Amino acid sequence: MQDFGEAVGMAVSLVASGDGDLIEIVLLSLRVSLTATALSCVVGLLLGAVLAVTRFRGRQAVIVAVNALMGLPPVVVGLLVYLHLSRAGPLGFLGLLYTPTAMIIAQTLLITPIVTALSRQVLEDLHSEYAEQFRSFCLSRGQIVRALLWDARYSLLTVALAGFGRAIAEVGAVIIVGGNIDHLTRVMTTAIALETSKGDLALALALGLVLMAIALAVNVVVQGVRLTAVRHAYA
Amino acid sequence: MAAPAAASGPSLVPLKVRGLGLALGGKQLISGLDLTIGGQGITMVMGPNGAGKSLLLRLLHGLIAPSAGRICWGGHPMSASVTRRQALVFQKPVLLRRSVAANVDFVLRARKGDARQRDALLDRVGLSDKAGQAARLLSGGEQQRVALARALATGPEVLLLDEPTASLDPTSVHLFESIIRDTARQGVRVIFVSHDVGQARRMADDVVFLHRGRVVEHKPAKGFFDQPDTELARAHLAGRLVM
Ligand SMILES: Nc1ncnc2c1ncn2[C@@H]1O[C@H](COP(=O)(O)OP(=O)(O)OP(=O)(O)O)[C@@H](O)[C@H]1O
Ligand SMILES: [Mg+2]
Repeated sequence: MQDFGEAVGMAVSLVASGDGDLIEIVLLSLRVSLTATALSCVVGLLLGAVLAVTRFRGRQAVIVAVNALMGLPPVVVGLLVYLHLSRAGPLGFLGLLYTPTAMIIAQTLLITPIVTALSRQVLEDLHSEYAEQFRSFCLSRGQIVRALLWDARYSLLTVALAGFGRAIAEVGAVIIVGGNIDHLTRVMTTAIALETSKGDLALALALGLVLMAIALAVNVVVQGVRLTAVRHAYA
Repeated sequence: MAAPAAASGPSLVPLKVRGLGLALGGKQLISGLDLTIGGQGITMVMGPNGAGKSLLLRLLHGLIAPSAGRICWGGHPMSASVTRRQALVFQKPVLLRRSVAANVDFVLRARKGDARQRDALLDRVGLSDKAGQAARLLSGGEQQRVALARALATGPEVLLLDEPTASLDPTSVHLFESIIRDTARQGVRVIFVSHDVGQARRMADDVVFLHRGRVVEHKPAKGFFDQPDTELARAHLAGRLVM
C-alpha cells in the first residue's frame, strides 16, 4: 500500500509520460464506449422518433417502460448479457464472452434506453410545435421524422453525450462480460476497481484522472453545443 | 415567381360549406355555418376576436375535422389531396430551426418543387439579403414573409391567410398585399383573415363577416363596406362591437 501523496505523484507522472499500459486501457475504453454510443444512437434515435410521432395502443406503457429502463443497473445488464454469451447460453457458440465485442453489446443495451427516452422527449416537444405546420405541408411520416431529427440535432447531440457519459463511467456491466483481462478487455473503470483492490493506487488514480478529464470534456462540449444552438436560435 | 397552381384534376372552387359545426372541449365554437365562395379573387374574412376565423381556416384546410356539416371544394369533400392543393399561412408562423433559404428549400424538396425557385421566392418577399440567416432570429414581420414564401413554394391553388400582416411595417404590408394581389390574379383563390378594415377595403372582392362561429354577412366588398346589412357588421366596422 502506497501512501496517498506518493500515489498522486506517480499517477501524474504516468499520465504525463504517456505510459503505454495506460494509453492502451484508455483507448480501449474509448473504443468500446464510443462504438456502444454510436450503436445506441442508431437504434435509440429511431425508436425515440417513432415513439414521438406515432400514436398506438400501449404507447404510454412503452414510454413508461423505456423511462424505467433508463435506470437499469449496469451489473444487471452485465449479468443478462453474460447469461446469453456464456458457453451454456443461447449465444455461447459465438464465443464472444470476455471480448471487447461483449462489452460493446452490454454497454449498448445499457444506454439505448437512455438515448431512446431522452430523444423521444426532445422530438415529441419539437413535434408538438411543428405538427400543424407539417400537416399543412402534407409531409409523409418519413419526411417528418427526418425533419425532426435534423431540427433537433443540437439537443440530440447532448442526448448522445449523456449516453456516452454513462457508458464510459460504468463498471458493473463491462467487468462481468469483459472480465478485465490485461491487454484484452481491461478498460478504465475495471482497471481502477482492480488496481485499487490490489493496492496499486498510482495506476488507479492516473486512470481516475483521465476519466474525470473525459467527463469534464464531455460537459464542456455539451455546454458549447448548447450555447451555439442558442446563439443561432436552433435550440 | 410562385409555382403556377398545379392543375391536378378539376378546380377546387367553388367552395361550398353546409351546416358546419365544431365543438371542442364541450364548447360549441362553430355552428350551422353556411358559406359559398366561387370564382376568382380575394375573400376577406372579418370578425371580432374569438369569432372563429382561425378555426374556420383550419377546417377549410383540413387540419381539424368538423363535428357536423360538410365542406366541399369544387365538388371534392375535404381530404388530404385537397389539403395538398392549398397552403395556409398561420397567424403565428412556425419556422424550422434552419436558415431562411433552408426553410424554403425544405418545402420545395418535400413537395418536389423546382429547387431553382427558391431565390425568386425570397426575392419576391424581399428577403434575398437574409437568405443565410437563422430564420427564427428574424423579426416578426420578416418571419411572416418567410412563411409566405414557403406557402407560395407549395404552388397552391387556394391560399389561406390568417392575419399575416398584423406585425408588418407599412412598407412590408404594401409588398405583402401586392404579392397576394398578383397571386390572386394568377388564378389562386385567396381567403384572407384580417382585422385591418383599410386592408380589407384595399384587397377584398367579397367579405365574409363572422360572429360567434356563424356567418353573419357575406357580400361583395363595396356593398359590405358602404351598406352593411346587419347591425353587428355596422358596429364592427365602426369599432364598437363587443363579443
Ligand atoms: N382547441 C380549442 N379548444 C377549445 N376552444 C378553442 C380551441 N381553439 C379555439 N378555441 C376557442 O374558439 C374560439 C374561436 O377561436 P379562433 O382562434 O378561431 O378565433 P379568431 O376569430 O381567429 O380570433 P382572433 O381574431 O383573436 O384571432 C375562441 O373563443 C377560442 O377560445
Ligand atoms: Mg385567429
